[in-house]
Amino acid sequence: MAYIRVIPRLDIKGPNLVKGIHMEGLRVLGKPEYFARHYYENGADELIYMDVVASLYGRNNLLGIVERTAKEIFIPLTVGGGLRNIDDIKAVLRAGADKVSINTAAMQDPELIRRASKRFGSSTIVISIEAIRKPDGGYEAYTDNGRESTGVDAMEWAVRAAELGAGEIVITSIDREGTGKGLDLELTRKIAESVSIPVIACGGAGNKEDIKDVITQGRADAVSVASILHYDIVMKHENKGDFSGEGNIEYMRNKRSFSMINHTSLQDIKEFLMRSGIECRGYKAEKLYA
Amino acid sequence: MHDKDSPIAAIIDYGMGNLFSVKHACLSVGLKGVLTSSEEKIRSADAVILPGVGAFPDAMNALRDLGLSSVLREIAGMEKPFLAICLGMQLLMSKSMEFGCHEGLDIIKGEVKHFGNPVDQLGGRLKVPEIGWNRIYKSAHKENSDMWSETLLDGLEGGEYMYFVHSFYADPQEKDIVLSESQYGNIRFCSSLRYKNIFACQFHPERSALSGLKIYKNFALSTRRSKGDRYREDPGSAIRTA
Repeated sequence: MAYIRVIPRLDIKGPNLVKGIHMEGLRVLGKPEYFARHYYENGADELIYMDVVASLYGRNNLLGIVERTAKEIFIPLTVGGGLRNIDDIKAVLRAGADKVSINTAAMQDPELIRRASKRFGSSTIVISIEAIRKPDGGYEAYTDNGRESTGVDAMEWAVRAAELGAGEIVITSIDREGTGKGLDLELTRKIAESVSIPVIACGGAGNKEDIKDVITQGRADAVSVASILHYDIVMKHENKGDFSGEGNIEYMRNKRSFSMINHTSLQDIKEFLMRSGIECRGYKAEKLYA
Repeated sequence: MHDKDSPIAAIIDYGMGNLFSVKHACLSVGLKGVLTSSEEKIRSADAVILPGVGAFPDAMNALRDLGLSSVLREIAGMEKPFLAICLGMQLLMSKSMEFGCHEGLDIIKGEVKHFGNPVDQLGGRLKVPEIGWNRIYKSAHKENSDMWSETLLDGLEGGEYMYFVHSFYADPQEKDIVLSESQYGNIRFCSSLRYKNIFACQFHPERSALSGLKIYKNFALSTRRSKGDRYREDPGSAIRTA
């Protein structure tokens, strides 16, 4: 088995890190730079930044945050949200991102995947698929953070995206996203078995077992986690700074978690995975300061 | 960070891949990274970095169109520290089998091979490209366990994790130049080598957290040394320690 990656995902709205459930009802959790630095120092294998309101405004607003992050964080950074064309991708890469994650624009114009992978290299282009389970057991791909139905089958879309030159696929279960009920194993496995490129599972991890299951049963090559890590930091650390802008900051101020989430740290997750026989990048905290 | 006296590293910009993380990594160790495709700037720089992500034939065509193949061949073998990363490492070889057989810069004898269908110990197929962390081990071709000292891997231990993104790997003819090997399923490949003034690695040191920054730090040191010790070592400008 290759080394499994654990990838914190930071949903960003304006200047703040936010988290919702089913991608709605966003709560402000703190400053993304603070969380990013913490994850970097604690063994994150990569980071994902998502501008969760970009599709609404038709543009990605993360350039400043990406630039500040890229100067001090030396692991791969994927940026997504509202990237519509080659110029948008170029701007985010110039700011210091290593890869871009595209959903809506690729769905509207699949040839964008081919053009972008030719221009920037396949490994730079990550296709994000957000899926909702249908009553018949199939999965439909959605766009605009789970708001817009497309009528496209998630598996077929994954195969097509890979053929067009996508380097990786992030598969998010909107049904599970932010709920802590566990990742969708069936969805992940179906996607992972239909394509030969790496698949990153996202949405729903409530505890360490869920992460293990999506690797062993869902055959994910990487797991992207958010709430399970973010709430751990909200609980343990003082969030300082200005949290102007929209959003519900009550959860952050009152250090309230959320019952389905057993918050944990990256180190705990990795130790647990390694004890379960899953290989991942080992990490010793003291090395960082040697 | 750097000041006006920082040594200059020419980061060769031939339109392949994202060079900004390379530039940021240079900055963090006190090198001024300059993205350039100018032969003159490459010649006058204190060090040269050949990065790259993408397809081998496109990259070779781009280097030829920009007229950079000969200056790169010339710099190989000079004193100037030369770091080649990922596709940059592959381009140094004689030829590649990516999309047919294509000639490389032919600075190092050997060829670039595809992973094929790597399998794990249980026979499970591994994904190609390999995207993610993998370990680097001291080359089995050398007896000397101290082989990494005096190279850019100085200070790292065998088994260190680095970040890889690739479907192909360089297989040099002369095994003596191999510094580290890595294992992907049943395939063992050369993950870094040293040849004259060149250090080439298949992984991305600028994306490999502190283990990778150590390589940049060593690169900055050797650049200062080759510049004639005009610059004192400045550990404070290197990796953040707190």
